[in-house]
Amino acid sequence: MHILPGDPILIFISSGELKQTSLQEIEALRHQFGLDKPLMRQYIDWFAGVVRGDFGISIVQREPVMKEIARRLPITFQLSLIALIISTIIGIPAGVVCAVRRGKWVDTLVTILANAGITVPVFWLGIMLIYLFALKLGWLPVQGYTSPFADFGKSVKQMIMPVCCLSIFSISSITRQTRSSMLEVMRQDYIRTAWAKGLKERLVIMKHGIKNGLIPIVTLLGMSFSFIVGGSVLIENVFNIPGMSRLVVNAVFVQDYPVVQGFVLIIAVVVLLTNLIVDISYGWLDPRIRYG
Amino acid sequence: MLNTITHETRPRLSEFTYIRRVLLGRGIVIFGVVIILILAISAIFAPWLAPYDPYDQKLDQVLQQPSGEHLLGTDALGRDTLSRIIYGARNSLMVGLVALCIAATAGMAIGLIAGYFSGWINAICMRFIDSLMCFPMILMALVLAALLGGGLRNVMIALGIAMLPGYARLMCGQVLSVKENDYVLATRSLGAGNRRIMLRHILPNCLPPLIVLVTMQIGAAILVEAGLSFLGIGIEPPAAAWGTMISDGRMYLLTNPILSSAPGIAIMLVVFSFNMVGDGLRDALDPRLRGTL
Repeated sequence: MHILPGDPILIFISSGELKQTSLQEIEALRHQFGLDKPLMRQYIDWFAGVVRGDFGISIVQREPVMKEIARRLPITFQLSLIALIISTIIGIPAGVVCAVRRGKWVDTLVTILANAGITVPVFWLGIMLIYLFALKLGWLPVQGYTSPFADFGKSVKQMIMPVCCLSIFSISSITRQTRSSMLEVMRQDYIRTAWAKGLKERLVIMKHGIKNGLIPIVTLLGMSFSFIVGGSVLIENVFNIPGMSRLVVNAVFVQDYPVVQGFVLIIAVVVLLTNLIVDISYGWLDPRIRYG
Repeated sequence: MLNTITHETRPRLSEFTYIRRVLLGRGIVIFGVVIILILAISAIFAPWLAPYDPYDQKLDQVLQQPSGEHLLGTDALGRDTLSRIIYGARNSLMVGLVALCIAATAGMAIGLIAGYFSGWINAICMRFIDSLMCFPMILMALVLAALLGGGLRNVMIALGIAMLPGYARLMCGQVLSVKENDYVLATRSLGAGNRRIMLRHILPNCLPPLIVLVTMQIGAAILVEAGLSFLGIGIEPPAAAWGTMISDGRMYLLTNPILSSAPGIAIMLVVFSFNMVGDGLRDALDPRLRGTL
């Protein structure tokens, strides 16, 4: 499947914006960025550039888009990946515990928390965390980003709140999904057989339960990555993190289309790769769905 | 001992009674319904309910703490926070609902066509939907809103397009199974055209799961709208929107935390209510889930 990156309308509006700046320079500028060519031609030029690893030049920054993206992408990726790992580590066990202790107070508590977690606006949570932990208690720095290679301690401190905010939605949705998926599995006959042959609770749940309940969870994990990247648009704004999403929000405001196009393309590729990994892992998890 | 009653057969309940019983049997659903009603009332009757004019700037009463006069205090321009939240309910609800209507109508239309005509029409529609699905909803809405140019109307359209894929997917799947039914064949043999079959026979039979999806997505729509207005896209100042209020209040976090926290709590309560009612509705309508959760 081929995803068409970017949109010609964007280019159209963008040149419309340029008109407002000054009459003399426009033609030169337009020519420089190839905006005077027909739309189709612009698109083909851009696409030919992409194939050669050239994403064009940012209209506002006057720098290659590739350079800007290469600088910011690792930051967003680092935060998103950590958030994803944390959501998996917390979400799946929490869901399993809920399903096993169904109806007990643990279940009620976690279910309420999970429902609250998919409800809370992440940017608001971020602001509230800043208020509580940074301004009132003074435990964590208010905002900013430091590379873990430059100053590890500071970097970790600065990452705690953004990562919490990014992962809260996926933790909650993974918990909910795991719970319902495990409840379904634990009703099956083979689980009763496992109990009947005297296996320990741990073994029944770990080996027979989780393995069979994992497929919908893996699907959700794949989708979670896309949620998290979406959330980073808001979180990078709240915590003033110089990541990809912040770049693109600014680019959207100033109609800097090469940046937006490059970003859209990268996100599309990342999401497609995630889907591919999810599809491959189906076969690994459940030999029945191995293709071919 | 033969005359002892061993088990009693309960009178059969009608489907509707059963659904109502499962739905209202849960405290949390009733809580949700109450909150939604409050929201709807305050959105509709905002001018009569709000204690002050949300746009009225009283520069001598700037950044007041909550008091009897201003229940939730005032913002940096001396506007009453409670009144702004009530007016914000109007905007948030309107954007969410209109976007949802656009998404549901367009998504269902695409899904119906894609599912009914298999072959290349299906391929084109579904590839289009796939490419939309590649992007996180908020990013999609952000880029589309930028393309269309800001403003309330364009944000609604952008949000609608961003939420469309889910409906198209679900509808397409439904249509694929429904169109195999004998009654479709029967109608066709009576000489009905494609349009009549699609609209009169297939569409109504596909609706129940879509209705559930709509209820469950109102919350998501409100959340994304809040996110967009937080970033400064959508509702233009001075109009009140919950996301914008949170963003504005950020600057006075240390002195007036209520400015940011109050609208956030409002968003949470509303989204929570819609989610709970959606969950309840799904469980009540799906016979397999009734009474299990």
